[in-house]
Amino acid sequence: MAINESILTWILLVPLAGAVLVALLPDRGKLPAWLALLTSLVSFGLTLHLPAHFVLGQHGFQYEINRPWIENPAIFYHVGVDGLSLWLVVLVGLLAPVGVLASWNAIKDRRKVFYALFLVQQTAMFGVFISLDLMVYYGFWELSLVPMAILIAMYGRKDGPKAAIKFFLFTFIPSAPLLVAILWLYARTGTFDFVELRLLIDSGSMPTGALWWVALAFLFAFAVKVPVFPLHGWLADTFTEAPVAMAMVVAGKLGLYSMLRFHVGLFPVQSRAVAPILVALAVIGILYGACLALVQRDFWRLLAFAAISHLSLITLGIYGLTFTGWDGAIYQILNHGVVDAALFLLLGILETRYATSQIAAYGGLASRVPQTATLFVITSLAMIGLPMLNGFVGEFLILSSTFTGVSHGWAIAATLGVILGAAYMLWLVQRLFYGPESELAMRPAADLRLGELAVLWPLAILMLVMGLAPAIWIPSIENRIGIPALKGSTALPASSLSVSFQGEGQQ
Amino acid sequence: MNEHLNLWLIPLLPFAGFVINGLLGRRLPKSLVTAIALLAPLVSFGVVLNAVKASGAGLVLPYSETCPIGWINAGALHVDFSFVFDQLSLVMLLVVTGVGFLIHIYSVGYMSHEEGYWRFFSYMNLFMFFMTVLVLAGNALLMFVGWEGVGLASYLLIGFYYKKNSAADAGKKAFIVNRIGDFGFLIGMFLLLANFGTLSFSEIGAKLAASPAWTGGVLTVIALCLLLGATGKSAQLPLYVWLPDAMEGPTPVSALIHAATMVTAGVYMIARTHAIFDRSPFALSVVAVVGAATALFAATIGLVQNDIKRVLAYSTISQLGYMFLGCGVTAYSAAIFHLMTHAFFKALLFLAAGSVIHGMGGEQDLRKMGGLRKKMPVTFWTMTAAVFAIAGFPPFAGFFSKDAILYAAFLQGTTGKLLWFVGVVTALLTAFYMFRLWYLTFLGESRSHDVHPHESPWSMLGPLSILALLSVGGGWIGIERFGAFLAPAVGRQTGEGGSAQLEILLILLAVAVAALGWFMAHRLYHQRPEGAAQLAAAMPTGYKLLLNKYFVDEIYSYTFVKPLLAFSRFILGWVVDTAVLGGLAWLLGGIALLGGAILQRWQSGNLRSYAAWLAFGAAALLLFVLVPWTSVLASFPVFHMNVAGH
Repeated sequence: MAINESILTWILLVPLAGAVLVALLPDRGKLPAWLALLTSLVSFGLTLHLPAHFVLGQHGFQYEINRPWIENPAIFYHVGVDGLSLWLVVLVGLLAPVGVLASWNAIKDRRKVFYALFLVQQTAMFGVFISLDLMVYYGFWELSLVPMAILIAMYGRKDGPKAAIKFFLFTFIPSAPLLVAILWLYARTGTFDFVELRLLIDSGSMPTGALWWVALAFLFAFAVKVPVFPLHGWLADTFTEAPVAMAMVVAGKLGLYSMLRFHVGLFPVQSRAVAPILVALAVIGILYGACLALVQRDFWRLLAFAAISHLSLITLGIYGLTFTGWDGAIYQILNHGVVDAALFLLLGILETRYATSQIAAYGGLASRVPQTATLFVITSLAMIGLPMLNGFVGEFLILSSTFTGVSHGWAIAATLGVILGAAYMLWLVQRLFYGPESELAMRPAADLRLGELAVLWPLAILMLVMGLAPAIWIPSIENRIGIPALKGSTALPASSLSVSFQGEGQQ
Repeated sequence: MNEHLNLWLIPLLPFAGFVINGLLGRRLPKSLVTAIALLAPLVSFGVVLNAVKASGAGLVLPYSETCPIGWINAGALHVDFSFVFDQLSLVMLLVVTGVGFLIHIYSVGYMSHEEGYWRFFSYMNLFMFFMTVLVLAGNALLMFVGWEGVGLASYLLIGFYYKKNSAADAGKKAFIVNRIGDFGFLIGMFLLLANFGTLSFSEIGAKLAASPAWTGGVLTVIALCLLLGATGKSAQLPLYVWLPDAMEGPTPVSALIHAATMVTAGVYMIARTHAIFDRSPFALSVVAVVGAATALFAATIGLVQNDIKRVLAYSTISQLGYMFLGCGVTAYSAAIFHLMTHAFFKALLFLAAGSVIHGMGGEQDLRKMGGLRKKMPVTFWTMTAAVFAIAGFPPFAGFFSKDAILYAAFLQGTTGKLLWFVGVVTALLTAFYMFRLWYLTFLGESRSHDVHPHESPWSMLGPLSILALLSVGGGWIGIERFGAFLAPAVGRQTGEGGSAQLEILLILLAVAVAALGWFMAHRLYHQRPEGAAQLAAAMPTGYKLLLNKYFVDEIYSYTFVKPLLAFSRFILGWVVDTAVLGGLAWLLGGIALLGGAILQRWQSGNLRSYAAWLAFGAAALLLFVLVPWTSVLASFPVFHMNVAGH
């Protein structure tokens, strides 16, 4: 059982060691890529240990490590996972080899820098999901932004530096208040520890006025990172410019997880008060993103606005503050990670083969690259939320719990997104693959290669399995630490959110 | 005591067919593709027959099978994979797998020269999978799986000739318009969850039965939401617009999906949830009015269409309207009866039309046909049976079921009599446009000389013949026995105020009306072939209005689609996103940048310097963590250390 006590450290160290190794060895041919692939496969294998030995029904964090690191200030190397973070760690592990494969042909020079930073980013993301010491968490949070910004600047397609500055401004600046807020908490309590802070805040011994500002600083940093409407300004440029492997992980899960863990999880009173605002912003974001996705001419921008729409749906699940809504939100983070990765991979393949991301240039590809078309359609259907594929389960849980537990009106408005979602995705499918063969389709281009098929088919099968058997995931997802204000495992009594609870939280 | 029926095989076999042909079909020999594709629905049909046999031998209905592992169990939501076999699903399954299998056989001949033969059959099997899931589903969410799934199969098959823009457009349109309906279905399910705490049909039924005084209110809202879903799938006003365009798909698809089975899913869903509709007189009257209005509306458009498949498409919409009318007057068994007979004769009409198109080398324009009676005798005689059936002549199948619906409507007070009248007028129009099609296709002289029509192969004529027999005799069971059989599943209309004399009178009237329609078609398209053109010339506005389908597509385009796109592009895209939010972001960013003069060096544009700065920032942060800065902090009053109490 010793491995259970060190597994999280291994998960952190393996990609970091890989990064060091890539940095030390010469930048010759595909050597860095092979090393990165090997490292990411090993780290994926390690993450699979977590669900395999996760104990259902056990309260609190598992695989926990809590050792003093720095005496003064009192920083602890405190890591652990619960139902909330468990599968997110696995997701990060899964997406690592996918990211390497997405970069395989797309990154042609300076591979060493690229893959070293890619693996650093990997470590940082693992760190964010498992850190339970706020200072360590913050370190990883910042660390996750740095390689991203550098890689956008270095490997941007057209306007990399500009997009990198935009990304930097949008994500580093909100981190400053987050740091101040964390430091303030430490100054008040003398601890960075999430578990201790949670109890202290819950005990009501903290000045409520100041806590308001602290909670707001947390929320602001996370909301930009998700991004929540109207803070999404950086996303479209980042999607357009960032290397595919980075773009597929930049949005969503870090911010959404942080909201669940460190905003609602630490400040339930404050988050309940702002929840109605976030519910409204989320619903606006769902429709806003979908409407704008309809009219984009570049498929990366279309994907960016589609992402805003889908991430807003998850935000809705989070700030609906219902137990089922959280199940749906966490599940949907996983779904979105898988589906978006596949879409990024496919669009990246198209862009590498045909050298454009302008949708209008495409058309009629289906008979030329049938495998690409098939997988693209399957992935699009998962994104649209076709029942039996994964997107539907999360979507239904979030929308139904919003309807029964939060507000009929917002839920109905959010559900309109299902119509728009089908519209922009199917239109994209049509413009890329159907219709008469475009000039571009006449060009000789290979269909999916073996390596690409070996990634995309498993992802497609995963979409099906996650749609048919959420029972594999949901029980462990529900095995998460409760929110202080919650009693038992039922929904947060959403006093300020009113409306009946008939279908909800009666267990 | 109930034996195990293995209901799960009914959907799973076609699914296996879909997977095998979908993944390997490209490389498999054609004969093997055919064998797999036909075997799957055939064995499903066998399983259904076995279940029917068991129910005849004393099996207690409803019989259900539930997968021991639930589907979605999250928080308070519990949804199982559960299949229910009762009288209603029995009838539907027989139609779906039986007619479905016949159409599969037909397709072997019809699609034999197509490049994507394997793709076609894998999609057809996929459709059979989803359709049987829809029918067997024991709860609304599982029904929704089938519901959206048949929409997917329909999307793929309409767009089968995806290189044609019109086909790709039609597929997309079908899916999106159906999604509008599905939106209603989803809201309906949310309301069911909020008010019943479950999506299981039997539990909902039990809860309703336990509170007999509960009517109207939220039940009306639920029923109307479900109705919105039904109007999408079953192509009723105002969401019917996708079905005529769906004729872009291969003809067997039109027969199977867009005539016999999928489009009837809305009717089936209303019958399945009738316990809710029964509690809302208002929702029922909406169902009836939507049905009657659609029946009449679509029939008028059908009068003037020149594409043989479009005429049939509008007639499908119109006939589905009858079924909705039946549901709306709580004559569910009559609606299902018509659903069944319609599946026979409309599948036959489409398949016969496909045979004509096949024989004419792809020609679909009625104006270029004529005189095919001699060239294609089997097609002619089978289609004749179907035309008589849909026109409502006894003893053909359509007569019995249509009559049952109209009679039930007539008994529903004044509104009912009005609806009955609309139904009778529709019957007149139906007889007219069907005989118009019949005359233009088969009688008179051939109007095109460069084609050499030939009769179709027996793989196509065989299914036509079987369906012709069903179109003749499919109604002989009679509504009395059929209604009695279905009663445990859908209840029974009372038939108050009816009498044998009244019924006979109405029947005579309906037959007379059908004969009148035939006579008018005979005059205009046979005796005086120029008569129709003269009539059209005499009423140019009306003719244009009908020919252009009341311009509904254009109206939708200019009131919904174009404004939404313009609003998204200009208001949201340019004004909100670029100008307001983008401007604000750069303004704030600019302030932040100006804040540090040192950052001006950033503008050098050198990648290395950016990277260096970013790396520097990260290093600074790490140092920040490692430096013992508590003492530094303590000197600031803001960060007053308060560790003592801890």
